[in-house]
Parts: sequence; C-alpha cells; structure tokens
Amino acid sequence: MTQPAPSTSPGTPTSPETPSSRDIILARIRAALSDVPRTPGPPDTSGIPRDYLQAHVPDDDPTALTDLLAAHLTDYRAHVHRTTTGRLPQVLAELLATRRTRTTVIPPELPREWLARTTGITHTTDHPHLTATQLDGIDTVITGCALAIAETGTLVLDAGPDQGRRILTLVPDHHVCVVRAPQQIVASVPRALPHLDPTRPLTWISGPSATSDIELSRVEGVHGPRTLDVILVSA
Amino acid sequence: MSRTDLGMPTFPQAARVSTKDAGLRANLTHATHTIRAKRAAAVAELPDWPRLRAAGAAVKDHTLRHLDHYLLQLEQAVTQAGGTVHWATTAEEANRITADIIKATGETEVVKVKSMATQETGLNEALAHHGITAYETDLAELIVQLGDDKPSHILVPAIHKNRTEIRDIFTRTMAAWGRPAPDDLHDTPAELAEAARLHLREKFLRAKVAVSGANFMIAETGTLVVVESEGNGRMCLTLPDTLISIVGIEKTIPTFRDLDILLQTLPRSSTAERMNPYTTMWTGTTPHDGPRNFHLVLLDNGRTDTLADTTGRQALRCIRCSACLNVCPVYERAGGHAYGSAYPGPIGAILTPQLRGTSTPLDASLPYASTLCGACYDVCPVAIDIPEILVHLRERVADQKDGHRAERTAMKAATWLLDHPAALSATERAASATRRLHPNRLPVPGPGKAWSDARDLPDVAAESFRAGWKKARGARTGTGTGTGTGTNEPKHDKDKDTPR
Repeated sequence: MTQPAPSTSPGTPTSPETPSSRDIILARIRAALSDVPRTPGPPDTSGIPRDYLQAHVPDDDPTALTDLLAAHLTDYRAHVHRTTTGRLPQVLAELLATRRTRTTVIPPELPREWLARTTGITHTTDHPHLTATQLDGIDTVITGCALAIAETGTLVLDAGPDQGRRILTLVPDHHVCVVRAPQQIVASVPRALPHLDPTRPLTWISGPSATSDIELSRVEGVHGPRTLDVILVSA
Repeated sequence: MSRTDLGMPTFPQAARVSTKDAGLRANLTHATHTIRAKRAAAVAELPDWPRLRAAGAAVKDHTLRHLDHYLLQLEQAVTQAGGTVHWATTAEEANRITADIIKATGETEVVKVKSMATQETGLNEALAHHGITAYETDLAELIVQLGDDKPSHILVPAIHKNRTEIRDIFTRTMAAWGRPAPDDLHDTPAELAEAARLHLREKFLRAKVAVSGANFMIAETGTLVVVESEGNGRMCLTLPDTLISIVGIEKTIPTFRDLDILLQTLPRSSTAERMNPYTTMWTGTTPHDGPRNFHLVLLDNGRTDTLADTTGRQALRCIRCSACLNVCPVYERAGGHAYGSAYPGPIGAILTPQLRGTSTPLDASLPYASTLCGACYDVCPVAIDIPEILVHLRERVADQKDGHRAERTAMKAATWLLDHPAALSATERAASATRRLHPNRLPVPGPGKAWSDARDLPDVAAESFRAGWKKARGARTGTGTGTGTGTNEPKHDKDKDTPR
C-alpha cells in the first residue's frame, strides 16, 4: 500500500512543496491509469452499450400503465384510490375523514379547489419558517407529483409548486399524493429520467417507509410517513 | 483503511469460532435464503437483465478509466451548486476534515445515514475522540450501535441478531442513549421498529449536523444520490443545517442518464424490490429546502492503489448491493464478522485486501475465504469477476516474502507427484490401504497448521479413481483398459472397443 501522504486541511493554501490531497489523489489516479490511452477532450462514452430495454411493458397503452402503477403501489402497501377531476374534492374529503385528519400542511400552489369539500380541518400552507417540530404536530400532507413510474410503483417529487419542500412529505405521518393519470405516468425508469431535472431536489417514493432489518420481515413505517394514499385522477 | 485491526484473527480462526455458533448460523441461513429467493424473482421480471448488467459494468469501468476527468467535473459542479468539496487521501484525513467541519458548527452531536465509507474510516470512533457523538439512524445500525457490536452485512448490518436479541438490546441500552424503550416491549418486528422510531425522532428533530455517504455521484451535474428504505436517510439529508457526505471516489458516474441502469439493477439486487422505498437526490444546496451547508469529502483510502491493479480494479465497480453475500456458502456459515472489515462476504474478500494491502495475516487470509464456486459472480449486477480477483490476490499473497510458504511447498510436492505417475500410484495405493487409520484432521505443525486445523480431511476412497476405472472398464470389456500411464496393464485393444 502506498504510504499516506501529507495532507492539508480544507481551505489551507498549498505551496509547491506540500501538494494538496487533491493533487495527490489526482496524481495517483493518473499513475494508476497508465494503461489507459489518454486523448484530449472529454472521454468518449460511445463504447457503453445501451441496448437494454427502455421499458418492460408496452408504453402506448395509458390504461394499462395506470393499472400497473396501481398494482405495484399496492404491492408495496400504498393505498390507491381512483377518481375523476370532478370527484377529487369529495374523494379527498372522505379519505381525510377516514384517516381522522384534523390538520394538514399543503404546498403553496396546491390547487385550492381540491380542498373544497373538506370541513373541520385546519390547512396550513407551507412557508420556509415552518419547522420540523411544527410539522411533527401535523397529521397529513397533501401534494401533487412530478411524475410516476408504473414498472417500479414509484412517485417522483421534484419540489415543484404543488409539492413543496422535501421535509413536507417526510415528517407528517400520512401522505396523500395526487397523480394525474395517465398524463403523469411513465412506463419505466429510462422513460422517467428525460422528464426530470437533476439539479432540483428529487424525492422518489415507492410505497410508504419500510424496514426489513429485523429478520428480513417487512414492517411499514419507520421514520417517514407510515401511511401513503395515492389518488389517481383522470379527466 | 484505518481500521486495520491488528488484533483481529485471520479468517480461518474467526470462522472456526463463528461456524460453531448455532444461533448465528440459523439467523444467517434464514436471512440469506429468504433474500436469495426474492432477488431471483425480482431479477426474473427484467428480461434484459444481462444487458443491464453489461451496461452497468461498462458505465462503471468507463468512469474508472477516466476517473480524474470525472472527479474534476464533479468538483466543479458541486462547487457551482453551492457545496464545498474536500479531498481525503486516507481515512484519518477524511475523519479529521469531518471533525473540523462539525467543530466549526459548535455542535457535539450528529445524526448519521448508514454508510459503508464511514464504517470503513471508523468515523464514529474518530469523532468520539473529538467529543462528538454520532448517532446511527438506520434501524440495523442502531441495533449494532446500541449493542456495542459490529455490522456483519452490507445491507442488513444486524442480520446476525434475531428479534429476541434485538428486544433485549433495546430494553437494556436505549435509555443510556436517549429516549428509553417502552415498558414491556415485545419482540415483534413492528413493535421494535416503533420503538426505534420514537427513540430516533427526537434526535432527528433537534439535529443540526448530519453525516452521510452516497450511492452515486453524478459528475455532469454534481448530484448525489442516496437510496434507502426507512426514511432515516431522508431525515438526515433534509432536516439539519449542515450535511457532510463522505464518499469513495469510485462512486462517480458520468451523467444523470446513467442512473437508468443502476436504479434498475441496485434495488433488485440488494433488497429484491422493484425500487427501494426512498431515493433522495440533491445538488449542492437549494434555498429553503434542505441543508444550508453542504460538504462533500472525496475519499481515496486505498482506492487509487486498487485502481492501479488492472485485474483487481474491477472491484471498484461495486455498488454495495450485497447480493454476493447472500449467495455465498462461506459467508452463510462464517458470518460477516469473520472478514474483519467493513466489507464482509465475497466483495470484502477482494476489496479489503486491495484497499488495505495484504501485509497483515487477516488481510492475507481473505482471498482464501472462498470456495471459488462462482455464485457471487453470477449475481453481481455489475459483473465483477470475484473468483478471478480472488485467484489473482492469492497469487499476490503467495508471492509475498512471508506469505504462504507452506502452500508453495505443498504445490511443489504435488507437482512432482503428478509428474511421477508410478510414485502417485504407489501413494494412492498406500492411502487406500491405510484409510481406516487416518485421522479426521491433519496434525500438521508449523505453517500448515492454520490450514489443516480448519478443515476436516475427506474420507479416502477404498481404491484410487484410476484403479476403479481400470476395474470398471475391465469388467465390461473383459480386458484391462488402462490408459497406460505408469501401469503395467496391457494396452487397450481397438478391436474390442466398448460398445456404446
């Protein structure tokens, strides 16, 4: 093994006599790769085979994709509900009543008409100063999503205006996510990535929080929401 | 790696103890067989698995072959997105950088996402020397930490503990670390998970600093990716003001697009799920969402040495899925602790001796902790040829000055015997004739003792294979059919060939 080289603390100016750890590591890498031909410019990635399938299910059948998403979400213990835009406020109100929700937190631009039929429930609109402790006292969070992936049963949130900060869907114990079906549903992970911006904070959710750490028995709900309701809304 | 446990026994010694632990073996057998079957089913859902596997291997290999380029690109992207990048040549340096960042915040407690890199560097122990307490928040890591134990599996670190043992640990120790376990805690997984939830929630809600690793770092965008199940990762990555991620340099991938391969192969290989419950991706800092300060510590700690070995470097493709552990007959019997490092199982047997070198007896013994059955290679989602590297590392160990001299001697003797058929025949006849007198184990003194002590001798057959073959052929054809090598049997008569 190579002897540990002298290193520098972060921010310490380096002099030619004491190469920085950055310089050392880069030099070691270049020495280690002496067998690799060096060419100017960015590396050529054309040799990476990309002949894997872009989807494992037909992705020109919106109904089938919606059914598959519902099946796979259910498989991982999410509760799936299906309705129409017109019926959404009623379905949402009934769902919150079933879960005994008294308080919700909602992202700033969640469509207000979704909440039209809820009565006796306090809705708090998220703002940057709402703390984790305050969120811990709230029963339910309601969000939209960026898209959903049928093959894997995954909801993708990208902190868009109807989803809000990452913390919202994490601290309250109950998450209701509204998916516009079939517009927001894609078949597969390869189909999903081109629609997403990696520089936004992304949260992928596949079923509620779960652990298999004790004898590999799956238990839903450890630190994230223990109950995940997904409402698939068609026009 | 900093935790070269000099006092750690070699693999055969440790395995001799652990294989006699019936409880451990029962826990391990149950767990590995369960996940093995589930993984096979999850993989079978994707007919293009071999192509995904080849693509994953190619992406990782490509990145490794241009690692300097991609690390510089990554550094620039993270910095532009508001993060700070640090480089650490060794575990000690990574730990020191981390401790300095934490001290600058004025905090003395941090929450941690389960991370192989920080296990490798021994971060928790190092932080303790600086008066900083690190709380593990993954349920299995919590069990290990509360039990004053060590992880024994990459994915399920407390795989060696059953529910009753876990209940006892919680009841006994939770109070000393924070919120006590509920009175009359039962040993159902649901109740134990609930106890962990309550115990850890108070820590999450007050934490100011978190430490994590990462599954992937995207050079093009500076995005880090953490996959997990419980939400403890999301808690640590989202709630605190300061986030420090310590990540091995080999975790880099070129582009966001490359995730479409690895996010398909990793969950199915590790937890046998179509997708893990939670994946978090973040790029630097985002105003009003998540930590305000983000530090990325890029860790070498032996990785560049591994990269320099053109056969062994493929081990750096590893995405830490742990599929190889769950199929390994040696791991299943010996358990993870016997490997003496953060990385147990087949991947540990090749990664640890490369990261740490093979100068200690433990590290020199790891390439031998395998039957070379190849099951690990079959399940590896990035096609690491683990058996090839094992053999390669055995050569390295055998060539060491003070390495396995006994093996070289034994191989020389075997070579001579095989080159001298008459002697071989005589030896075989002698062995057969005296078979009832043979001990179960070879009472070898000296350098061979470690090897012979750990192995039962196979029963010697009543006659040698070659003798049996001659007899069988002779019975069917009425003649001896010796192939002639070193025997006085008549040559085989072509006209009397055995009918097919």
